[in-house]
This record gives sequence, C-alpha cells and structure tokens, in this order.
Amino acid sequence: MFGDIGTYLSSPGNRDLVLQQLLEHIYLSLLPLVLGLLVAIPLGWTATRFRWLRGLLLGGANILYTIPSLALFVILPAIIGTGITSPVNVIVALTLYTATLLVRPVVDALEAVPQHVVAAAVAMGYRPLARFFAVELPLAVPVLAAGARVASVSNISLVSVGALVGIGGLGLLFTKGFEIDYLPPIIIGILLTLILALIVDLLIVLLRNMLTRWQRVGAHVGGGS
Amino acid sequence: MIFSNMIDWLTNGANWQGPEGIPTRVGEHVYYAVLAVLVASAVAVPLGLFVGHTGRGAVFVVAISNALRALPTLGLVTLFVLLLGLGDWPVLIGLIILAVPPILSGTYAGVQDVDRGVIDAARGMGMTGWQRLWKVEVPNALPLLIGGVRSAVLQVVATVAVAAFVGLGGLGRILLSGQKTYKFEVMLGAAVLIALLAVVLDQIIAAIQRLVVPKGLTVAAKAAAPTRGGK
Repeated sequence: MFGDIGTYLSSPGNRDLVLQQLLEHIYLSLLPLVLGLLVAIPLGWTATRFRWLRGLLLGGANILYTIPSLALFVILPAIIGTGITSPVNVIVALTLYTATLLVRPVVDALEAVPQHVVAAAVAMGYRPLARFFAVELPLAVPVLAAGARVASVSNISLVSVGALVGIGGLGLLFTKGFEIDYLPPIIIGILLTLILALIVDLLIVLLRNMLTRWQRVGAHVGGGS
Repeated sequence: MIFSNMIDWLTNGANWQGPEGIPTRVGEHVYYAVLAVLVASAVAVPLGLFVGHTGRGAVFVVAISNALRALPTLGLVTLFVLLLGLGDWPVLIGLIILAVPPILSGTYAGVQDVDRGVIDAARGMGMTGWQRLWKVEVPNALPLLIGGVRSAVLQVVATVAVAAFVGLGGLGRILLSGQKTYKFEVMLGAAVLIALLAVVLDQIIAAIQRLVVPKGLTVAAKAAAPTRGGK
C-alpha cells in the first residue's frame, strides 16, 4: 500500500499535480475563511444594533447553512453570473458558509460584553467605532477563534466537492483516482486534507493566544485576589 | 433566462415519471440518508450514553469526532468503492462513518451537560444506575442528542448527492447527468431540489427536537428565568 504511494509520488508529473492541487486547495479554503470573518463581524454588529434584523439574519444564516455544498456550487453561478467551473463559485459559497457559521457567535460575543466595561470605555471618551475595535472586538476573539476553527475544518473538507463540477483542489485526486481505479491519489488526497486541517487549526489556536494575552493577565490578577 | 429554463424542466411532467424521474430520485435520496443515519444512531447513541454516563473514554470521543469532521466526503466514498467494489453498501459505509461523529458528540454532550444536582437528587431518591440513565439522563439529553442527529442528516443528505459520482442513486444523479449532457438548467433544477430537500428535512427534525424536550425542562426553565434575571 505505502509502496504504491511511493511509486505514485516518484513520478515528477504526479508530484507536480499533487503540489499544485494542494496549493489550490489552501487558497480555495483559506481565502473564504478570511472573507467570511470580514463579512460576519459587521453583520453581527448590525444585528446587535438593530433588533428586528437579528432574527432575520440568524434565521437566514441557518437556512443558508442547511444547503448542501454541491447544490450551492451549482446555484451560485446562475445567480452571480459566473461560469460553472469558475473558482469564484467555491470562494463565494465557502465565504457564505463561514459567515453563517460565525454570525451567531459574533452576536453572542458582542452581547456578552459586560455593560460596565462598555460604560467605562464610554467614560474614557471612546467613540462607538473606536470602542468597537478597542474593546468589544478584542473581547470577542476567543469566541471568534472557536467559530473559525469549526469553519476552517468544514471549508477544507468541502473544497473537495468542487472537483465534481470541474473546480481544482485535492478533490481532483479523488475523481482522478476513481476514474483510473487507483488508490494512491485518493489516500494521498485524504491524508493531505487531514494534515492541512490540523495545521490550520493549530495556527488559529496560536493566533488566538497571541491576540488574547489580556486573558492570561486577567487570570493572574483574578488568581491573586 | 436560465431560471425560466429550469422552471420549464421542473414543470415538465415527463421528468416526474419513471425510474429516473424526480420522485424516484427524491425517494432514493431520502432512503439512503435515513438508512445511514439509523445505522449510525444504532452505533453512536449507545456509545455516547455509555461515555456520558460513566465518563470513560470522553477524551477519545471528542478527539475522534473532531478528526472525522475533517474527512473529505468525496475522498471517503471513492476510497470505500475502490476498496470494496461498486455497489450501495460500500458507499453506505462511508455515509455511516460520516454520520457517527455528530450523533456521538451530541449524545455524549447531552448526558454530560445534565445538572449534577439533578443526578445527585436521583441518586438520593434511590434510583439505580440504569434508572438514572433512562429516567433522568436520557430525557435531559434528548435536545442535544436530536441536535446531533440533525447535523448528521444534513451531512448525509449532502454526501448522498456527492456519492452520485460513484453511482449511488438520488438527486445527485440528475445533477451529474445534466453536467454530462451540458444541460445547465437540469443541473440547476437538481441543485434546487437538493437544497429544498435538505431544508425540509432539517425543519422536520427541528420540529421533532422541539416536541421531545421534556415538559419538565420547559417548566423548570420558566421557573428559573425570573431568579436568573434577578442576579
């Protein structure tokens, strides 16, 4: 079995293919993660500001998240006018999934900021926008990171489905392997997907720890009292 | 333009008959999804109850559930078909493997989340381990357990569509045949049907989820609300 994988990878053509699809896979899964985060934060903020939007937004997010990826990859080009094999479809679809996953945590996190903290920031002269970036958003980082971990795993696994409608990524190794009845590309594809998911997960945890130094300081202060 | 073509296709009576008609494909889709979720529940619910009740193997359950979530569905079904041969069962095994983690973690989390005070009270009333499990832990765990089944159904409905690539029946077959014949309106029609099916099934389970919440829990939540607000 592992010998076969070695044989497969010993061909420079196959190595190039695997590497190229891996890079495409990283691009197609991580760009939507960042874009989805950038969409979810203002949406979540708007939902906390305007009560009537809250239900609409969260309900809409729920329904959108229910739509299977293969269906969304086909429906999106009809709506936004891209070609069926355009990578833009996957990027937009996964951005939507990421945003729908993150909107609720953003709303919950913003609503969980204690009133006295907000009041203190106002008293210190923070204007609403500055206060949002300096106080409320940093406090939401742990919740956002938890949501981003779920979204990154789900994105990395979903990009593969794009291979069915002719979009690149590691999914291409599955369709190719199946067509020529050959296991090594499929096993390599699955392993690389799992390793990629693990590495991205670790990176998000690292980033979260870097962005939440205040939490550990807070813990020390709390422990001392 | 493309949407009106799709509506023409969807409203053409000829597409609603025969072994490749829409009703047959919807039936297949639901059948495979329900079968996979039932078999997965038969494995995951008892295991989740055991782990939640005894606390043994909790780390293992969480780790396995997280790792399996990253598995690419297309990779899994192609792998099983190449390993075990063409047919429904190899694909179904892949579907079952994908449905186990959400049900397992939902069941485990449901039992795990039961208020310790409630369990102590049950113990104090003289309930045995089995009685505590069936009369206290299971009813209290039901909302999260069904939540797990709900995610599993979503995952499996999506994967049945993908598994059309390896020959499984269901609405994905219509989508892929539309692709082969360059009929985008057929692909789009199938995609819309898959989306509708997923949303409808999800709403049905959401309704079940609301129904099975034990009355006691709702009453307790209402009774607790004012005191919590007062804190």
